[in-house]
Amino acid sequence: MLRVDVAKQLGEFHIEARFASEGRVTGLFGASGAGKTSLINMIAGLLRPDRGTIAINGETLDDTAAGLHVPVHRRRIGYVFQDARLFPHLDVRQNLDYGRRMNRLADDAAARARITDLLDIGHLLERRPGHLSGGERQRVALGRALLAQPRLLLLDEPLGSLDEQRRVEILPYLERLRDEAGIPMIYVSHDPDEMRQLATDIVLLKRGRVAAFGGVEVLPAIASLVR
Amino acid sequence: MFELSPTEWTAIQLSLRVATVATLVAAPLGIAVAWLLARRDFWGKSLLDALIHLPLVLPPVVTGYLLLLTFGRRGLVGAWLADHLGIVFAFRWTGAALACGVMSFPLLVRPIRLSIEAVDQRLEQAAGTLGATPLRVFLTVTLPLALPGVLAGMVLGFAKAIGEFGATITFVSNIPGETQTISSAIYSLIQTPDGDSAALRLVVVSVVIAVAALIGSEWFARRATKRLHGN
Repeated sequence: MLRVDVAKQLGEFHIEARFASEGRVTGLFGASGAGKTSLINMIAGLLRPDRGTIAINGETLDDTAAGLHVPVHRRRIGYVFQDARLFPHLDVRQNLDYGRRMNRLADDAAARARITDLLDIGHLLERRPGHLSGGERQRVALGRALLAQPRLLLLDEPLGSLDEQRRVEILPYLERLRDEAGIPMIYVSHDPDEMRQLATDIVLLKRGRVAAFGGVEVLPAIASLVR
Repeated sequence: MFELSPTEWTAIQLSLRVATVATLVAAPLGIAVAWLLARRDFWGKSLLDALIHLPLVLPPVVTGYLLLLTFGRRGLVGAWLADHLGIVFAFRWTGAALACGVMSFPLLVRPIRLSIEAVDQRLEQAAGTLGATPLRVFLTVTLPLALPGVLAGMVLGFAKAIGEFGATITFVSNIPGETQTISSAIYSLIQTPDGDSAALRLVVVSVVIAVAALIGSEWFARRATKRLHGN
């Protein structure tokens, strides 16, 4: 269960968003510039809200009134960025292992095998990120986030930097992830088709505010709203 | 013809020792300062920046004299260090290392700062979301990616330390076997009748060391670029 009730001023832009979600995949939907990335950066702890609270499974991560701000590295919230952000000086195996090392988790060969199989990246382990295609990079970034054993996974337009062919290639992996990994996800996108395919709940964000909240069935109606 | 005398050898060895110690002691401090300047905003930042670059623009004699006033036996810091920790800089090779470290510091810090600035902060954010504390982000992401720049800075600082003359001779004088480095040995030889050939030999040695350091620095810089592009 994720509860968000925050306000943040970023230059001229004001975000004031409030929602609670229990879905397996909560789609954060809106046009570019609606504040989607700022909002999940606040959930991740990369951005500090001016005012409000963020709580996950009853544990408060941000509470500005109480002066509480759990730093990003102690949140256990995975983040898959649009630009993958793999560590260029580490090979794929070391990238995948990074979160386990930083969180001092026991080595779990079974989990590693399961996730490399799920994402089909077992043959890439010895490569450096510079020698991966965009789709491969994004799959490794997914695996890296999952292997840190997060309690919530944030995906910021993970298909945004890929062409149509690559999107079609990655989408099935995301569906498998939703159905098999058992980690709740916040999925950011401005593509209604992706949303329909993946999301169980939709938060519609418009100019920094939550304009609608509901199931996927609200998508066709709101698609026109966004544009 | 190219036979080095024991005095010349002593000067070369002393120069290498002084420059090595100066570089190794200055490097961790230089990395910390470079990180502060590259990644943090704080009150007095431009003052710190100016202070570090001061030895580059001050006459070396002035820097040496300031060191003598501060770290000499009667200097404020020097007297305290001698009384409490037994560390003496004045007229010792350690003083030469201190002078060389101070003089080479701006050259050491600059490439490190540039390479830290070149590290993509989005990678540091990603490391944070994977559970890395700020210190571990620095050790596992920032420093490895900036490492070629760190090495280039150390090479440059080393080369500067080897050649340092003005501040060293002012601070710790020119004592053969204790504080007489290659540069001060050349200086003495030039003023001695028949010292020309010995001076020339040391000149060749210092040119070789300097060229090797510059080539090394260039090599590290090229590696830095390659590394940051993910190959």
